[in-house]
Amino acid sequence: MSDRRTISVTINGETYEREVETRLTLADFIRHEVLLTGTHVGCEHGVCGACTILLDGQTARSCLMLAVQANGHEIMTVEGIAPNDEEMHPLQQAFQDNHGLQCGFCTPGMLTTLIEFLGDNPDPTEREVREAISGNLCRCTGYQGIVAAALDAAKRLQGRAGA
Amino acid sequence: MKPPPFTYHDPRSIEDAVALLAEKENAKLLAGGQSLMPMLNMRFVLPDDVIDINLIDGLSYIREDGDDLVFGGMTRQRDIEFSDLVARRCPLMKEAILNVGHRQTRNRGTYGGSMSHLDPSAELPSVSMAQDAIITVQKKGGSRDIAMADFPMAYMTPSFELDEMVTDIRVPLWPEGHGYAFVEFARRHGDFAITSSAVLLDVDGGGKITRASVTVGGVGPSPLRVSAVEDGLVGETGSVELFTEVAEKCREIDAMEDVYAPAWYRQHLAAVLTRRALGKAFSRAANGTEMILR
Amino acid sequence: MGAKMFGARVARLEDPRLLTGRGSFTDDFHLPGMLEAAFVRSPHSHAKINGIDTAAALAHPGVVAVFTAADLPEYLRDMTVPFQVPNPAISQPFQQRLLEDREVRFAGEPIALVVADTRYTAEDAATLVEIDFDILSGASDCKTALEDGAPLCHAASPNNEGAKFTVGYGDVEAAFAGAHLTHREEYWIHRGGGFAIENRAVVAEYDELGDMLTIWSATQSPFLVKQNVVDMLGWESDKVRVIAPDVGGGFGPKTIYYVEEALIPLVAKQLGRPVKWIEDRRENFLATNMERDQYWDMEIATDAEGKLLGVRGRMIHETGAYMPWGIISPYISATTLPGPYILPTYELETRVALTNKVAVTPVRGAGRPQAVFAMERLMDRAADKLGIDRVEIRRRNLIPADQMPYALGLIFRDGKPMTYDSGDYPKCQVEALQIADYDGFRERQSTARAEGRHIGIGIANYVEGTGLGPFEGATVRVQPSGRICIYTGGGDSGQGHWTTLAQVCADKFGVGIEEIDVQKGDTGKIANGVGTFASRIAVNAGSSVHLAATEVREKAIKVAAHMLEAAEEDLDIEDGRVVVKGSDLSVGLADIARAVQGIPGFSLPGGVEPGLEATHYFSPSQSCYCNGTAVVEVEVDPGTGLVEILNYSMAHDSGTLINPFVVDGQVQGAVAQGVGNALLEWMIYDDNANPVSANFAEYLLPSAPETPNVSVVHVESPSPINPLGVKGAGEGGTIPAPAAIVAAIEDALSPWNVSIAGAPVTPSMIVEKVRAGVDRLSKPERQSGAVREAACSGSSG
Repeated sequence: MSDRRTISVTINGETYEREVETRLTLADFIRHEVLLTGTHVGCEHGVCGACTILLDGQTARSCLMLAVQANGHEIMTVEGIAPNDEEMHPLQQAFQDNHGLQCGFCTPGMLTTLIEFLGDNPDPTEREVREAISGNLCRCTGYQGIVAAALDAAKRLQGRAGA
Repeated sequence: MKPPPFTYHDPRSIEDAVALLAEKENAKLLAGGQSLMPMLNMRFVLPDDVIDINLIDGLSYIREDGDDLVFGGMTRQRDIEFSDLVARRCPLMKEAILNVGHRQTRNRGTYGGSMSHLDPSAELPSVSMAQDAIITVQKKGGSRDIAMADFPMAYMTPSFELDEMVTDIRVPLWPEGHGYAFVEFARRHGDFAITSSAVLLDVDGGGKITRASVTVGGVGPSPLRVSAVEDGLVGETGSVELFTEVAEKCREIDAMEDVYAPAWYRQHLAAVLTRRALGKAFSRAANGTEMILR
Repeated sequence: MGAKMFGARVARLEDPRLLTGRGSFTDDFHLPGMLEAAFVRSPHSHAKINGIDTAAALAHPGVVAVFTAADLPEYLRDMTVPFQVPNPAISQPFQQRLLEDREVRFAGEPIALVVADTRYTAEDAATLVEIDFDILSGASDCKTALEDGAPLCHAASPNNEGAKFTVGYGDVEAAFAGAHLTHREEYWIHRGGGFAIENRAVVAEYDELGDMLTIWSATQSPFLVKQNVVDMLGWESDKVRVIAPDVGGGFGPKTIYYVEEALIPLVAKQLGRPVKWIEDRRENFLATNMERDQYWDMEIATDAEGKLLGVRGRMIHETGAYMPWGIISPYISATTLPGPYILPTYELETRVALTNKVAVTPVRGAGRPQAVFAMERLMDRAADKLGIDRVEIRRRNLIPADQMPYALGLIFRDGKPMTYDSGDYPKCQVEALQIADYDGFRERQSTARAEGRHIGIGIANYVEGTGLGPFEGATVRVQPSGRICIYTGGGDSGQGHWTTLAQVCADKFGVGIEEIDVQKGDTGKIANGVGTFASRIAVNAGSSVHLAATEVREKAIKVAAHMLEAAEEDLDIEDGRVVVKGSDLSVGLADIARAVQGIPGFSLPGGVEPGLEATHYFSPSQSCYCNGTAVVEVEVDPGTGLVEILNYSMAHDSGTLINPFVVDGQVQGAVAQGVGNALLEWMIYDDNANPVSANFAEYLLPSAPETPNVSVVHVESPSPINPLGVKGAGEGGTIPAPAAIVAAIEDALSPWNVSIAGAPVTPSMIVEKVRAGVDRLSKPERQSGAVREAACSGSSG
């Protein structure tokens, strides 16, 4: 009786074909159909940013998209950021080195947001970083460690690019 | 907070979309989703049909057409933000768009969606009002143009019919060298503004204002052109005294009241922000002078 | 590995998992056959229920069961949540039923539980439950709730006064009679909720084979959950296991035991399938505990030099419809007020008001920000009236370090006399003022004023009881692999206990922290526990780890002495091996651990008990007291009322620090919450107690642009109460924030003689006060002194 569609979504390079209710949100699809639980749900009304993923390279709140809208598209979640199982991405390493997380619940959304941001703005000011993450709420850190991590990561990534 | 059940449609043409709108009595268009999805998740709306218009080709574009910029209804706010054309020809819109939500919401949110949702303090409707935009809506069997002044009907209710959808927005541009400023006040960065002021000025060689557009958002139920202020500016030479005096007229605007911002405060902000916007706009006008008003 | 771990600024062991999306939060569990639950909650703040019809919901495809109170086992129908913290001062200790079917007392109170194949289906079915309500008036504001004729929160009760108590010492009457200066003022302080980014969540699974009910809950206190499940449902304690997995923030509200934590396990067992309930954000706003309003009517008395003679007054505390945590919050408020000052006499009468809203229980700061606000504002007023600098009046009253330990004359929430164990309050104030460059401020201010900008500075001091008992234990066990595992009862919602507890342990064995695992928040892994709240883990669990690890170290040496045939005094531990000093002889911890596992027929070496492990439950003799000073510089836009924090400085003393990196993070996060309390967070209800601001667009949490960087200077006054000298560090940043920020705003707006007597302060409030100030100044008969007097006399706007 429910309205269903078969969709094909590529997440972190792997393609998943599933039959889903059309009202299933993208966040729930990622978490409960594909079982990639790194993307978190904090508010379901598009404010907290914990559910942020990259859709075709651009950040989007997955709680505000239907899974069917991702049909044929490419998504990157937090699980796709590290280059492999052994090492972390410089941004992730910068988070650890700068105490940029405490409970870790907002962290996946922060990471995807900063991946996009540092790609657009490789040498940001502190103010620009704060504005870039203004759509991601954190209740633990007071943002200071996150901002330090982002600025540190920018330097590391520039160093890599220059090498 | 999960959406209620509905039938999902993803038409590939405007024709198919408007045909669906004509047929379905309880349908909602899904554009950027930044306004509709929260309402669906909270079950504030219970549509039987959701019509996703993201797959329609040709609805997202930014084009120069003579002295106008024309936008497709599905133009993403992100594309407006990064458009050189907009930055050069419509700097008011460029300044305004940076206040719209956050990167994640601008990546998905659309011009047409923002216009259709018509939040009283939304930036794109304010800019559209300031620039006297013309909105094209289509339905099964035809299309029509609506002047922005006639576009808002009531609080969050545009004047087009349930079987019509926004397809294009034409924005008449102001000549090069015009002064512009978009100033808003929000509690936090990226929040919906409590009040905003959008100002456009034409200034002649003698510093005299020959044309003025002053739009206040978040005070009334939809963006308002404040003719009392505009009339007080045209023909006058720009000055701190002039701008301070005319901006005070904003206190007379009929204002909304809610538990977050009382009416007097919205009127007060309208006056303060308009004063500041006037100073900024005049400073930016080719024939203006540097002026900072607090 | 030569580096010392204790006290080191090391990166956290928790991070790689969390950074790569491999955390295990409660909603991440997918168990075979799992069902999902949704609640039908009262849409009204107060109503009688005449009938509930669940037939349509039950018939909905995909629905497995629908429960109302009538569907529960008979012994549970009227059962209420056990009263956690009784106190004779409480006259109406109302507690919540599992499901309400007679009279709902707050919007969000659960009425029915729907269990279905998915959450989507369960929510669909929930809309089909029909309830016949008679809507009643709701008690909304706690002050008016105590007036005659106010709507009753509980229809059958005589009034809305839930509790009343007085704290104090000394002869306040005499103090005020002989005072040079007295000043009276009323304050309103509103705090909000914890609003962790992860909502509450419960998953329960009954394993028939093992006759074991396992509950995963996003809780700060798995042992309290277990205790209450056992007490309420009557199950055997050894057949219930509660695990707090990764928890996405707690901040207090997740400490409390909720009815969902009984209902979900109950239905999971009954249905024979795992059941998951994930709170959504709307439910979180309605039905997760928070702090709200307090009204303080206070008077201060000083001598001519501004030395305190006494403080007295009355406070009204809002508790909501139920009192699951008794009067802990207001009691903490009442006993916090004296703070770091020599206060010869004190009296506070507190009345606790029932209102038709969700219960008030501690949120980070736990009643202290409100008390600090009242005291610090009183100090500011006294200073202004006497013409003494606001910093100077504090300096004259701070308890000097040589008077520690300092007995207040009050009893704290732990039942013990309040004695500040250690702390150097004058030093903290000096250090905070220094990093804030307080001396240079007036010049900065006049430069800014010349540019048309309005900046101001504010200061606030606080003392905070932490390290609450009764205990938090730890087992330290060396595994056969040589890795060391610590088991402890408190959960972790971001505090980094794996890292910090490993740091306490590591130096005993000369290993790095990466050799150590910590299993926390699991009632199946250690016999007794309490929980992670009230900034108590470093003191309690840290001390237990220290004691247990010390015992394990001694045992390792004893066994090794046998294995190496050496004398114990010739042995040392380095790099995870027991070595004979000055030789190559050594034996690894792994081998020692294996040696004491036991081989059938052979005695254990050294005659010791099996297992290279020890368990200790450290129990503090009393709370230990942190303190700090916040100095805040703000800029205020008088046109819009916007406040921007330019500089936030804190001197913070939480005793010996296990990991300064972690403590910095705690201070920064706590300050952010304080900024929220000062400027943004306001849970609004209408006059009938129906929630209005129940989403993140209307209830404003600080985001990155609104949150300042915090410059912290750590002062370390070790606590003599525990072997590590540590104190709690989680809440100090929040406590002085509203007071300091509001004082700074007043200072910025001093040209208009603005006086602010509450928090949060919104932009429209600021503009209103500036306009009133402009009006006052424009009246020619007003002299500047009289205006200042009027501003200080308590008129709040």
